[in-house]
Amino acid sequence: MRNVCAIFQKELRSYFNSPVAYIVIILFVGFTSWLFFRSFFIANRAVMRDYFSMLPWLFMIFGPLITMRLWAEEKKLKTMELLMTMPIKDWQAVLGKYIASLFLLSSMLILSLPIAITVASLGNMDWGPVIGGYIGAFLMGAAYLSIGVFASCLTENQIVAAIVSFFLSFAMWIIGESFVIFVMPASLAALFEYVGLGSHFKSIGRGVIDSRDLIYYFTVIGFFLFLNAKGIERRKWA
Amino acid sequence: MIEVKNVTKRFGATVALDGLSFEVKKGEVLGFLGPNGAGKTTMMRIITCYMPATDGAVSVAGHDTLTDSFQVRERIGYLPESAPLYLDMSVADYLSFVAKVRGIESGSIRDRIKKTSEMCGLRKVIGKDIGTLSKGFRQRVGLAQALIHNPDILILDEPTTGLDPAQIIEMRELIKRIGKEKTVILCSHILPEVAATCDRILIIVNGKRVASGTPDELTSSSGESVNITARIHGPKEDVREKISAMDMVIGCRIKETRGDGPATFLIKAKPGDDVGQDIFKMAVDNNFSLSELRVERVSLEDVFLQLTTKEVVSE
Repeated sequence: MRNVCAIFQKELRSYFNSPVAYIVIILFVGFTSWLFFRSFFIANRAVMRDYFSMLPWLFMIFGPLITMRLWAEEKKLKTMELLMTMPIKDWQAVLGKYIASLFLLSSMLILSLPIAITVASLGNMDWGPVIGGYIGAFLMGAAYLSIGVFASCLTENQIVAAIVSFFLSFAMWIIGESFVIFVMPASLAALFEYVGLGSHFKSIGRGVIDSRDLIYYFTVIGFFLFLNAKGIERRKWA
Repeated sequence: MIEVKNVTKRFGATVALDGLSFEVKKGEVLGFLGPNGAGKTTMMRIITCYMPATDGAVSVAGHDTLTDSFQVRERIGYLPESAPLYLDMSVADYLSFVAKVRGIESGSIRDRIKKTSEMCGLRKVIGKDIGTLSKGFRQRVGLAQALIHNPDILILDEPTTGLDPAQIIEMRELIKRIGKEKTVILCSHILPEVAATCDRILIIVNGKRVASGTPDELTSSSGESVNITARIHGPKEDVREKISAMDMVIGCRIKETRGDGPATFLIKAKPGDDVGQDIFKMAVDNNFSLSELRVERVSLEDVFLQLTTKEVVSE
């Protein structure tokens, strides 16, 4: 635990020592507010469904921006050699870095809360779906980030890491979407819908927190963090 | 303290280390020498538990690097080649991160940072970002990082690359000072560095050991002969005969000289200390006067070149 904590603090410090964290947070909050309120007053209804429905797409871009440096930079600077010869287990390093990225995701979501408060003050908003939406957004963002840290450990080039994680996230999202499932044979459709990131997000977004959805997200996160640990073990053979 | 037995490391088809064995005793400063690409860094990475060997075993203070990796890691301080550091952290933040990971109690972290930064001459730059520091200071931060948990063993991979001459001397002094208390492995392809700081030298080429011993042993064992230059006033031929008659002398010739001055004799002799003395005695006994006597020792440089190039030719 001590090691996870030390790595977490170090990563957090580098996020906030550099402009990365501020840029990501400001862009995210500004961009989502603008996109949301642009159509909000036209629709003139106190709901946040439109807000949450654009998050999967935005996270696809912001997720890779958060995670791309986590391992790629260690590889580029060769600090990985020092890190991996300290008394730290591989999984502790993976977890420390991942939690740091989660922290950034949480700050993004927390700082977008004024949107919800604004909406609630303007009309009679139902908080159920909003809370569900935030939980769903956090879980889905967390899944994207796990994909992102894994992609970051594959290369020492941050741009490559970002692109790889974007495409992996996109693939994970798109396979569950209705227009993909529509052309699938019926036997595969159910599987694809389950594996895709989107369907679970939508069901949590309705305000229904089902343990199956939670289990799904934890499995995806666990799987990619496991791949990440395996990925940094590759140093042993090459 | 460190025992390497028959270690082989293969990367696909390339063999980086080929059945290498050696031992480092407690308190010893070992120079690990070899041309670039000889497998030095790979060996260090295996000892520090960064990667496992394909074959063979390494133990550090009785702990196996594979099964007891954490025991090994705790005892080693490691400065990898070119001192990789997090450039966006300040020196103090970085050292306290390392201290935390190294398991130093939070109460004594401050104290340890103070001690090591003083030892490595970092007091002035402690608050600065590592990215803004010069190469020399970065190298010192790297060293401080390796020393912060006061390890028994210190492994330094080319610690002086990229430093200016004054910094190199400073770094060597520092290593010497540290070497008095700790077991040190110093990797280098720079001979004077190793000769100046190490008790014992191990030379590897293409992943194999080609020589080992103290600097003196290496210079005396590998040279087949020593060259001696002597300027002696006296009848040239007479002197030459007397010198040639000595036990240790293999050959002697007179260097061409202009004018009448004393002749210079170029003598080739078997290695040993007493040839010069013999020549001096001979001169005294015969009432010749001796104005120069110089024994040219085989330098470590020669040994290194001889060993490393021989290997390449034989392949």
